[in-house]
Amino acid sequence: MANVTLRNVRKTYPGGFEAIKGIDVAVGDGQFCVLVGPSGCGKSTLLRMVAGLETISSGEIEIGERVVNTIEPADRDIAMVFQNYALYPHMTVYNNMAYGLRNRGMPKPEIEQRVREAARILEIEALLDRKPRQLSGGQRQRVAMGRAIVRQPKVFLFDEPLSNLDAKLRIAMRVEIRKLQRRLATTSIYVTHDQLEAMTLADILVVMNGGVVEQIGSPLEVYHRPATTFVASFIGAPPMNLIALEGSELRRQLGDHGDATTLGIRPEDLTLTSGDAGDGGLALKLRVDAVERVGPESFVYGRPGDHQGEAEIIVRVAGEHTPALGEHVLAVASRAKLHLFGRDGRRLEP
Amino acid sequence: MVENEGIRRYVAHAILWLGIAIVAFPVYLAIVASTQDAASIANGQMSLLPGGHLIETYYKTIFVGTSGSTREPVGVMLMNSLVMALAIACGKIAISIISAYAVVYFRFPLRMTIFWLIFITLMLPVEVRIYPTYKIAADLQLLDSYAGLTLPLIASATATLLFRQFFMTVPDELLEASRIDGAGPLRFFWDTLLPLSRTNIAALFVILFIYGWNQYLWPLLITTRDDMQTIVIGIRKMITTSDALTEWPVVMATAVLAMLPPVVVVVVMQKLFVRGLVETEK
Repeated sequence: MANVTLRNVRKTYPGGFEAIKGIDVAVGDGQFCVLVGPSGCGKSTLLRMVAGLETISSGEIEIGERVVNTIEPADRDIAMVFQNYALYPHMTVYNNMAYGLRNRGMPKPEIEQRVREAARILEIEALLDRKPRQLSGGQRQRVAMGRAIVRQPKVFLFDEPLSNLDAKLRIAMRVEIRKLQRRLATTSIYVTHDQLEAMTLADILVVMNGGVVEQIGSPLEVYHRPATTFVASFIGAPPMNLIALEGSELRRQLGDHGDATTLGIRPEDLTLTSGDAGDGGLALKLRVDAVERVGPESFVYGRPGDHQGEAEIIVRVAGEHTPALGEHVLAVASRAKLHLFGRDGRRLEP
Repeated sequence: MVENEGIRRYVAHAILWLGIAIVAFPVYLAIVASTQDAASIANGQMSLLPGGHLIETYYKTIFVGTSGSTREPVGVMLMNSLVMALAIACGKIAISIISAYAVVYFRFPLRMTIFWLIFITLMLPVEVRIYPTYKIAADLQLLDSYAGLTLPLIASATATLLFRQFFMTVPDELLEASRIDGAGPLRFFWDTLLPLSRTNIAALFVILFIYGWNQYLWPLLITTRDDMQTIVIGIRKMITTSDALTEWPVVMATAVLAMLPPVVVVVVMQKLFVRGLVETEK
């Protein structure tokens, strides 16, 4: 059990490309930290730096009060689950899990006991004598987790462990990883590009973009108070509507809006109505372009009638009753639900 | 199309049988000849059916040697060839797998230069560098020894390249997982890379064993003593006898014996090779 602290961590590749541009993150003991961001944002690199598989150009990484910058991966007391599982193809499931323990010179009975215990927790006891190629994707995933658990490390590192599974299995394993992590109370760092996975797993969510941290916070905090337009558009599905205020008649509706240049409204905070906005809120006239019905809810895509070039606005509507295509509707949002962003993309507090 | 199917199959089979006959007839002839007596071959009245001298001829070939000369019995030559082929195959595999490991997995100064130097030796087979190689072997007192027979042939760019290509297909994550599991470079090589290379090693062994077994020029130069000569050289020497009749049954028996070990290696290793191909483990 340990804290993981990153202090001004940077990674510069020999060619001069700066993949990580100074990151500070503190993960408390037993917390589940999720690094999320689009591909190429440096999240995997950062995780690999914690694991010791990539060198650290500058800054410090501390695991359990110990700076690990120059310590070998094997001696950092971490365990990692890889995206493609990286199971040893020629070893049985049992040996895959026991290998790391054997290399550390652990006595046989203890290895046996630990592997059996991990297999019991993960419900793979029946598979111990099989080779990885005889396993399904989900089973391999479990073995990869088992290999991490038997070590009883201070920190678990997950590098997009669910992205090779089909959608249904992914949700099941997601819940299972969360349960397991709570039960073992092991500090974990998890990398994903799937914002839903990030939201459901995280104690602390770290949203990254282009090698920098855009926002750190609890998932709901990040959702409700996105720090930048990037976070606003990345977290939440469908994404937040971002409307440029420059030259829009919305400026008049908003009245005093400080230096805000961008207005954000979540699709679920907009309501379609026939009346007007009332209470000093915001009203958008939309012409319906497309409608998506997914069962419990529907998404209405529309463009502001008065402004042709403007971005599409998405409105979430409960149920299946939606306006017809081409219809003109009024979408309203209350003042409290609006997000304002300044010229630099940062959030402005109203 | 469909009605032609039957005819086309017969034609195809006929062509295949013809091919088999062309390849197999000389082999058959060698086997038959090795069971006849020398006189009937010598006067050109060899029967195409096996004769009655099978055991007698093979016993003489393996344990006694040709009577007309001071040649060693073929048993000794077989042993020499076996030692040479095995040493070349095993030595080449050992050296090239280690050098491929170094080139693929380690970052050291001049790594690519060294790789290209190895690559360039592809252009320098024994035949090209025969004089300097002979000179070195002679200076090192390696003439008429197993070391002289095998060492100069062991360095192999081909096998190194093959292992390099294979290692590059092994996912990096396996190495990373090993590092996290506390396996150092030697452990990773021994516990992970070597077992994964099993099928490659088997395939390469077949090729290299036959390569070693069929060596002609180098053993001809490096060995002068009769008890060091290999079977391929032995056959050649048996045929050219200046003052006596060539003992054709013995020559044929030697040829058959020379064929057997490569055949055994191919048959045995092919099973392993195919099994390895079926269980795709990556």
